[in-house]
Amino acid sequence: MDEQKIPLWRDDRFLKLVGQIVVLAVVIVILSIIAHNISVNFRRLGLNFGFGFLNNPASFGIGDHIIPYSPTDPFGRALLVGVTNTLRVIILGIVLATLVGIVAGIARLSDNWLVRQISTLYVELFRNTPLLLQLFLIYQAGFLRLPPPEQPLQLPFGTFLSNRGMDILWPAASARTLIALAVIIACLIAGLVLRQRQLKIMELQGGNAGQGYQKILIALTVVGVLALLFGLQWEMPSFEAGRVNGGLYVSSEYSALLFGLVLYTGAFIAEVVRAGIQSVSKGQWEASQALGLRSNLAMRLVVFPQALRVMIPPLTSEYANLAKNSSLAAGIAYADFFQVSFTINNQTGRVLEVVLLIMIFYLTINIIISLGMNWFNQRVQLKER
Amino acid sequence: MRKWLSLLLATLLTATIAVACASSNDTTAGGGGGSGTSTLDTVLSRGSLICGVNGQLPGFSFVDSKGEYSGLDADYCRAIAAALFDDPSKVEYRNLSAQERFTALAAGEIDVLIRNTTWTINRDTALGLEFEPTTFYDGQGMLVTKASGVKDVKGLSGKSICVQSGTTTEQNLTDRFRKLNIPFTPVVFDDEDALYAAFTQGRCQAATSDRSQLTARRKSLPSPDNYVVLDEVISKEPLGPAVRNNDSKWADAVKWIIYGTFQAEESDITQANLSQSESSTDPEVKRLLGKEGTLGTDMGLPNDFVARVIKHVGNYGEIYDRNIGKPFQLERGLNKLWTEGGLIYSPPFR
Repeated sequence: MDEQKIPLWRDDRFLKLVGQIVVLAVVIVILSIIAHNISVNFRRLGLNFGFGFLNNPASFGIGDHIIPYSPTDPFGRALLVGVTNTLRVIILGIVLATLVGIVAGIARLSDNWLVRQISTLYVELFRNTPLLLQLFLIYQAGFLRLPPPEQPLQLPFGTFLSNRGMDILWPAASARTLIALAVIIACLIAGLVLRQRQLKIMELQGGNAGQGYQKILIALTVVGVLALLFGLQWEMPSFEAGRVNGGLYVSSEYSALLFGLVLYTGAFIAEVVRAGIQSVSKGQWEASQALGLRSNLAMRLVVFPQALRVMIPPLTSEYANLAKNSSLAAGIAYADFFQVSFTINNQTGRVLEVVLLIMIFYLTINIIISLGMNWFNQRVQLKER
Repeated sequence: MRKWLSLLLATLLTATIAVACASSNDTTAGGGGGSGTSTLDTVLSRGSLICGVNGQLPGFSFVDSKGEYSGLDADYCRAIAAALFDDPSKVEYRNLSAQERFTALAAGEIDVLIRNTTWTINRDTALGLEFEPTTFYDGQGMLVTKASGVKDVKGLSGKSICVQSGTTTEQNLTDRFRKLNIPFTPVVFDDEDALYAAFTQGRCQAATSDRSQLTARRKSLPSPDNYVVLDEVISKEPLGPAVRNNDSKWADAVKWIIYGTFQAEESDITQANLSQSESSTDPEVKRLLGKEGTLGTDMGLPNDFVARVIKHVGNYGEIYDRNIGKPFQLERGLNKLWTEGGLIYSPPFR
């Protein structure tokens, strides 16, 4: 009864609603102003918005490509080459940076004075200097200082190094390689599934339960390793007549970018790892020592799994940063998505379309990284009942 | 309660600011258009010219250790400033990469782009630029090491070639190799300094660009005698200033300032003999130097704009010799006056 007497301007629910409507209106107004401005400017310059230009022939070459590409292909294809080039930096970069980061992070807490100091030096050096500078140094003072392609440096396993890039041992593209690859993947999946089951049975029944699984697992490992060593048709690069044939060629630009990103991001991840480990209370260490676990076991079984929970959210940001930093590739002549896009922009004058594509691309990559890491995060969180 | 009121106020304020911004944006959007104010008026009221240049290219626009710009392109920036303000130092230079230049011009960050830019139909039409008279006729060439023994483009089959991104040379290179049907690997740099650094370190067996640029760059390499510019010319590269489309007042001003330097050379007016020329009785010279008629004021420039340009910067031949002829011993070739068999030609000042 009293409710009806509250005037409208003092009704909390009403005001909340008004507030939301006003905010919505402002957002709409701003967006329409932007849209209006863009359309006015487009008309002024006599341009039409559209992605039809992506079907025109690119007529520029791209040095680094893992999918077939020639200058007669359309701009869209050139963009796809850029996408694959960026993805192969990001994916390998994330894996390697994580490994470097974990090793360096654990090393920072090592009991060994020298290991600790080296790790600290690495982290501080790479974390506190600009990435672009590091990339220039790694590329110009590192990879370009290697001998010319006519006299490459020869390393074991048929590896050749020159300022053109690296030639490394790689399985040849053949049916045999494909079959072996399928076998290896099948062994890995089967092994993981069986291991899970074995652990479950061991947990439930204790004692020597799951012995049978042990034998199958060993057999799977042997098959997998054999397939890896002899099944894959490994191709050794060879040096003949002034050039290297066979194997896999990795350009200096790609290598320099990968190295730079891994070392830079690795330094940040090392700090995340160190913080994660230090966040686990000292009591956990002491308890595991009291149980008689050696320090590497204590780290692996007790401390690290707990630290992981703290580490994942900041790790997500580091991965996202790595993905975005890969766009610095243009500085060292690597044809990533960003560089290819800007070349297209320059040739066609389609600034808005190209910038939109760039935004969508990096946004998508980072959303995928976030979703993946969130899923992983949910899996390792404490299951509270 | 109070929270909601303040939120309301805040949103209202944002909305007003947004609307205010929008309306001011609208006027600037119209500014570049034909109906609104011309860039010429903007430059005059600002009191200085914002000139987009390369900054890394000896002979065209190059910043020395004192921060001073020199080169043919830089001199044309000065010529425009001299014509408008009688003071060649009223120029703000903006160093732009090949990638950035057109966006910077379209967005109004610079008034004029004088950055060894090749005039092509695509840039003139689809990119919304307006090209001014060509100030340097160039052609694309190849820089290789003497040791490599490469004599022509065919000798570069299967090699890596350093090239700058966002340039016509990048496309010409691809076209030429496609025509010859030989493979090559482009190594594409954004930055010219990085490009030549990678080339001298042997990452590429050749660097390609306009021949004037290669000649100038070769001079500044650690040991110039180890390098050679191939004789083969693989494209036409008419380089000149560019302005925004749909602003013919400004485009005309820049155009006739450039033609003024051409005509002055043709009429033998130099920095040295300017004062004698000003008292000349030749009606053509008198019109050119603004002593007779209203050629300058008709288009919104001071009537003596050519005289100012000659006084401060010199005629085309002087600009060429100072920046390219003397330092790099580059033949004038196509850049001679039409009277001497070149392509430098000004329509009549009448």
